[in-house]
Amino acid sequence: MTTDALIDIKGVTHAYQTADGPLPVLNNLNVSVKEGGFAAVVGPSGCGKSTLTRLIAGLMKPDTGEVWLHGERVKSPRSTVGMAFQNPVLLEWRSILKNVMLPLEIVPTKLTNTQKEDRARELLSLVGLEGFEDKRPSELSGGMRQRASLCRSLVHKPEVLILDEPFGALDAFTREDLWQTMHALRAEEPFTGVLITHDLRESIFLADQVLVLSGRPATTQYVMDIPTDAPRTLDDLYTPEAAERLNILRHQIEIAQGRATDEGEAA
Amino acid sequence: MVRKLAVPIIAILIFLGVWEALVWVNDWPNYVMASPSDLPEAYSKFWNLFLVMGWQTLWRTVVGLLLAIVFGVALGMVMGFSRTMRDALYPLLVGFNAIPKATVVPIVALLFVGAHDMNTVLIAFMISFFPIAVSVSIGLSTLEPEYRDILRSLGASQATIFWKIALPKTLPEFFGALKVAVTLAFIGTNLMEIVSPHGRGLGALFDSGKTNADYPLMFAVLIALAFLGIVLYYVVVALEKIFAGWAERQPT
Repeated sequence: MTTDALIDIKGVTHAYQTADGPLPVLNNLNVSVKEGGFAAVVGPSGCGKSTLTRLIAGLMKPDTGEVWLHGERVKSPRSTVGMAFQNPVLLEWRSILKNVMLPLEIVPTKLTNTQKEDRARELLSLVGLEGFEDKRPSELSGGMRQRASLCRSLVHKPEVLILDEPFGALDAFTREDLWQTMHALRAEEPFTGVLITHDLRESIFLADQVLVLSGRPATTQYVMDIPTDAPRTLDDLYTPEAAERLNILRHQIEIAQGRATDEGEAA
Repeated sequence: MVRKLAVPIIAILIFLGVWEALVWVNDWPNYVMASPSDLPEAYSKFWNLFLVMGWQTLWRTVVGLLLAIVFGVALGMVMGFSRTMRDALYPLLVGFNAIPKATVVPIVALLFVGAHDMNTVLIAFMISFFPIAVSVSIGLSTLEPEYRDILRSLGASQATIFWKIALPKTLPEFFGALKVAVTLAFIGTNLMEIVSPHGRGLGALFDSGKTNADYPLMFAVLIALAFLGIVLYYVVVALEKIFAGWAERQPT
């Protein structure tokens, strides 16, 4: 039954009940991410990408189909998942350090308070927030808040990290900084990741597998594997291969939006 | 710090000065309008009454307010977490709040004849729980879903989400409402004290000033009430600084 996939989504179909009847968002969706893998999910707006994250996190159940994490069927939230959203949702009344430590107050852990604090400090220094531990979120810039939010999503060493457009609201330069931070984090903190994004450059820079979802109701339309041979730098985004990949993905998005056909003519 | 104290004190002195000048320029006798210079005499003549009555008014107001906090927060929680309860209770609550409490006073006074302390506390409570309930319910119902998801995805219970996120996040709104409730509670207390026969508290003192045509006394009572209101208001401000100080942004 089990495969080597850590995240395995099999034939998931889901519809929201609205006042105008059911609104199908996912249609026989299959996603599989191997342990240590990092999948980026791109697709037209409103195609059900966020629904996908909520399914993996166990925050909701699909109408049909199954979600498996590490060989166990997901039926309810589990503490082996970390989440970060476009809105960093830091708790304004806590210091940055206490914000990062929040998951450790919830998930069962054997760590002592000092160990929890050390763990949070270690992550904060890894993302370049050393010296900001005692600041309040309102004293930090948007990029710094998002860094803190990433630390919080990783502090309890989750098996699965779910990122729902975490860099979407940042300016281009800050975003590129954070992409590099993500690579630094991945080198130090092994996790299996799912990244929802609208940014194709982001998807090929961060992920080793890019999934294009079709328009609503979403199904897996296209999968692109991106080889990870050497540590990536931003320069890799300006190579002919990168341009080629972006072109393919862009075309796939157009198909998903119904603006182009498989043959490549604009509709 | 000096500035923080000096500015309001100077403002109060200017207010008293303008009041005094107004009475003096128009040459109003003190049965039309007493002037600030009439007040010290009233206070020195009845200082022991002011202390006793002032204390009675204060404790009843505070007890009424505490009841309003307990009930208001509980009601706000029910309405904040359940859409059905919100839909069910809002019309009732708004309707109840729209009834002038002055009309409720005689009803309550007749309902519990003689239980003067209880009646007064009851009116103070009834007039002041509404803003608290509304603010808590709005604070809870407008909690962004991501905040819930962050904790729910870790397997946190509803109670944990409430204590760790919903409650602290609602505190600024709660204290905003409490500031309104403080002054409302004083109005409630005094309504009862003035209306009910053989009343106690500053309201009764006001009433006796009226029956004895001692106009400076009536004004002195009003100023004493204002003073108590200010004191209690700043107690709330101090509590707010302690519990919700994070919500205050440093001016940039």
